[in-house]
Amino acid sequence: MIYALIFWEFLQIGLFAVGGGLVTVPFLFDLASKYAWFSNQELTDMIAVAQALPGPVGINIAAYAGFYTAGWGGGILAPLSEVLPAMAVVYLIARIMNKWQENRCVQRVLRGIRPAVLALVLYAAWMIGQEVNLNPKTAALFVFILAAMHFYQRNVVLYIVLSAIVGVALQI
Amino acid sequence: MIANKVRLWQIYFTFFKMGAITFGGGYAMLPILQNEVVAKKRWVTEVDLLNYYSIGQCTPGIIAVNAASFIGYKLRGLSGLVSATLGLMTPSIGLVLLVAMVLRQYMDSPYLQWAFGGIRIGVLALIVNTVINMWRGSVRYWRDYAVFIGAALLLFVGRLPAVGVVIVAAIVAFIPNFSRRKRL
Repeated sequence: MIYALIFWEFLQIGLFAVGGGLVTVPFLFDLASKYAWFSNQELTDMIAVAQALPGPVGINIAAYAGFYTAGWGGGILAPLSEVLPAMAVVYLIARIMNKWQENRCVQRVLRGIRPAVLALVLYAAWMIGQEVNLNPKTAALFVFILAAMHFYQRNVVLYIVLSAIVGVALQI
Repeated sequence: MIANKVRLWQIYFTFFKMGAITFGGGYAMLPILQNEVVAKKRWVTEVDLLNYYSIGQCTPGIIAVNAASFIGYKLRGLSGLVSATLGLMTPSIGLVLLVAMVLRQYMDSPYLQWAFGGIRIGVLALIVNTVINMWRGSVRYWRDYAVFIGAALLLFVGRLPAVGVVIVAAIVAFIPNFSRRKRL
């Protein structure tokens, strides 16, 4: 029964998370509050690990969350369920490629929901922020990493590894 | 004609390789895809690839997976699409499950706890940075500000689930503009 639930929930995430892997994060926080599958802190750690491993981040997070919820079966089922809607949509678009790009109705919806997607990602940042103890050490690390990311657009993994090293060095 | 067909296992393994060597998600994969499927294999053109990316980021799902699906479809139709997507996902799923099992054993170690204390802050900075980068392309007109604030209120105050917020925003997108679109 847990598998049917995982399939259904991750299918919805795959359908509604428009804009890439990190957009799935607010949906996963919804799952954390809806079910006893994982806590907000566990989810935050899963996102961190997913960022540091190779492969598409959205797939990594889904696999980790699925594994945490229901072991190996969940870890394989969750990412597969998540990509199913996208595969169907891409299949349809690829068949009618030119019509799609000219379809004003579709364009309007996709353009219209972008500010809302931004609010979703901000909500994810808020949820993750709840898991961080605010003190001078963590505040300094946050400002430093954010500035570095913003002004030197290097690979994300570099910053994740750097954060881990600073975390151990400062015993955060 | 049939001799020129790309084989499904070739599609699968090409994307398997890319899934295994790309760190950092969708956009980190773009240069690797350019090198592999445009320059070396000549499966698609540069323009095709950029088109796939721009469509892939405004359709549901994960951008890298969507781009892979488009390329697979162009090569072999539906079976190519499935091969590319599964190839890209296989190394991810395998590695994550292995790491998840190992981490479970050592999660009590203070070093790991400290490392995660730091990484949580790094991930927070990453997501805040994503919001900053997305802002420029997504919020430009009065209407966008209204949708953004409305969505934020529904999430933070109304406690509406994320799925509900997307549905409401999609419905609102059909409300016509009463004034001409103005830039703020």
